[in-house]
Amino acid sequence: MAELTAKQRMQIPRHDMPVQDEVIRSGNFEEVATGYSFETAKEEAERCLQCKKPACVQGCPVGVRIPQFIKALREGDMAKAVQEMKVKNNLPAICGRVCPQETQCEGKCILAKKGESVAIGRLERYVGDYELQHRTCPLVKANATGKRVAIAGTGPAGLTCAVDLGRLGHDVTMFESLHGPGGVLIYGIPEFRLPKAVVHSEVDYAIKCLGIDIKTDYIIGRTLTLGEIVDQYDAVFLGTGAGLPSFMRIPGINLNGVMSANEFLTRVNLMKSYLFPEYDTPTKVGKKVAVIGAGNVAMDAARCSVRLQKLFTKNATDQVHIVYRRSMEEVPARGEEVHHAQEEGVIFDLLTNPVEIIGDDKGAVKAMRCIRMELGEPDASGRRRPVPIPGSEFEIEVDTVIVALGTSPNPLVFIDADGLERTKWGTTVADEATGRTTKPKVWAGGDVMTGAATVISAMGAGKRSAADMHKFMMESASW
Amino acid sequence: MVQSDSAAVTAAGYKILSKEILSDVTKLMVVEVPQVAAKAKAGQFVIVRIDEKGERIPLTIADYDRKAGTITIIFQEVGKSTIQMGKLNPGDRLSTFAGPLGHPTEIKNYGTIVCVGGGVGIAPIYPITRSLKEAGNRVISIIGARTKDLLFWEDKMRAVSDELIICTDDGSYGRKCLVTDPLKEMLESKSENIAHIWAIGPAIMMKFVAATTKPFNAPTTVSLNTIMIDGTGMCGGCRVPLADGAQFVCVDGPEFDGHKVDWSSLMSRLSFYKEEEKVAVDQYKHKCNLDIALEKEGK
Repeated sequence: MAELTAKQRMQIPRHDMPVQDEVIRSGNFEEVATGYSFETAKEEAERCLQCKKPACVQGCPVGVRIPQFIKALREGDMAKAVQEMKVKNNLPAICGRVCPQETQCEGKCILAKKGESVAIGRLERYVGDYELQHRTCPLVKANATGKRVAIAGTGPAGLTCAVDLGRLGHDVTMFESLHGPGGVLIYGIPEFRLPKAVVHSEVDYAIKCLGIDIKTDYIIGRTLTLGEIVDQYDAVFLGTGAGLPSFMRIPGINLNGVMSANEFLTRVNLMKSYLFPEYDTPTKVGKKVAVIGAGNVAMDAARCSVRLQKLFTKNATDQVHIVYRRSMEEVPARGEEVHHAQEEGVIFDLLTNPVEIIGDDKGAVKAMRCIRMELGEPDASGRRRPVPIPGSEFEIEVDTVIVALGTSPNPLVFIDADGLERTKWGTTVADEATGRTTKPKVWAGGDVMTGAATVISAMGAGKRSAADMHKFMMESASW
Repeated sequence: MVQSDSAAVTAAGYKILSKEILSDVTKLMVVEVPQVAAKAKAGQFVIVRIDEKGERIPLTIADYDRKAGTITIIFQEVGKSTIQMGKLNPGDRLSTFAGPLGHPTEIKNYGTIVCVGGGVGIAPIYPITRSLKEAGNRVISIIGARTKDLLFWEDKMRAVSDELIICTDDGSYGRKCLVTDPLKEMLESKSENIAHIWAIGPAIMMKFVAATTKPFNAPTTVSLNTIMIDGTGMCGGCRVPLADGAQFVCVDGPEFDGHKVDWSSLMSRLSFYKEEEKVAVDQYKHKCNLDIALEKEGK
């Protein structure tokens, strides 16, 4: 293709992501978005204006070299596209699928001002998937430094940190409390949004290329404590996430049929309960499910519920509701997830807040009492504060309630961790620029430091700390 | 691409070194898992998973040997997973064995204490009894089961107790009574001051032990085994309503003040997956029968 003018590029419409049909997909756990073809990816890449001062890069928490990888892609040089990508992002196949692009890179894209942004996330995924298949850009381990690093947690923060330190020649050992690595990428995000094979492939490749040792079934604080690890390693990174679910303090929260989104998603994703009884762990999902909250976790729980109903309860009248106290404008989930959830039949009960869960005589959920809300003045977060409308209480009939109202760091990590300070929210106190905690030789990043956030910000934190850990070990051992 | 568990990571698993059949449905296994043995204390539990498709099963530690690097588990075959686990033999491997989890029992010299173990609960009460005995307590133990065949570790319990009372529901061995009967007599007779009671067994037994000791204000600790997935505080499925708010069995327990537990809620939560458990067991037995039939036909 001859070189296009900027005007011509802007005339190319943004390419839709091919998806599984909504009726078919809501009865299976296969990936919803099937991915661009090479031709589509190349055409979409032609839309990029190659800005001199690319705003998209500023919108990316890890500063991916977006114009460079897109240019290589549209020139058909896939090896180069992968190489450019991997300068800043080790796990593009994952980020391309789960990043909130509309508020990051794509939100800053110059084209978004006049129309639709370049589909950067979809292109990133294309490049990531290409690399999964072809492995053109091997992870190379530098000469051994003789330094030993321990990483607690194998989620996005830990994995990113491990790969960067492994490439620099350090001897990396990772500890995972569950039976397999990947953290939230495995137990939290459903198969239909992020196929587990993608995560396994990335982990296995890192192990193969860099000799990273992953010890599963190691619970930090129990099997091994932070104090013991610090004694045995030159540097330690804590990427243990935010695993502790928050429950609302309303009557009926302990009834049968009320569970945390963590429990529900762990059953479905980690334990593969959607394949019950081939897999041993069941999940009970009723005819009418209410998911409380409207973040990504809530959308995942709602969309898993739809699928489980189609697979197990199989009633035409089955319903899944998102119950959220603010309005659609404030919904914190990724736009695509909300869109997909709606397509799959999830009902949004907005400006609605539960006040009580009502049980039957056997201790099982039968209804939920809610109150209507209206939006008042903006609160500290800048969002308009939801205020209950007096006298507007009403009951909805439900038999399953999934609570998706956020998580906080797991306290087990802090056993035998003298000197490691925590905030009042239970997160580690750490330096923003490096992730250094108040305990010498210990860095932290991801949800354990920030509270529940995104995969990409956790990866950014892992990367930032890896650089500082390397510096600490190789140059100055001062804290 | 690897389809299921990450191949490069799925370790060889944890080797079963020996197996003992304590009754038709009660099995003992000694598992090689040095990192857990190094830390295990009386009162803690582990999470076990047989294979990639298996459930994560919480089991209270029955014994540990730090030098040999082993943990002893005892389980009753009640669901698909435990039935399947009962068929494993020495040399076989468990794919997950994580722990030790939960808080250990608070071991100190209380004076005279009573340890009650019911059914498979005799297993976890044993290391607690032993540790309390070693701490200088005068130990009275009560072990009970539905019938004689379900009793085990009488000798081991006797060796760590000053006094051992055995009960069976059907009178086939020891006294024909519930474990709560001798306990109540002891509390009523006031012949000695009982400083603390530990009870581990089926929820219904612990409920009645707590109800028995409550009128005497005798401090009573129970060890709860609830529905649980990760065992590290992540799922919240194990939450148990207490008089002063819900707590997680995995990270706050597994031991709780028996007088504060909301037993009816606990027992209702325990039965939540009953139907699914039945489906799993039925399908598993069907599959086993099919295997046997095919084997007979030489296929």
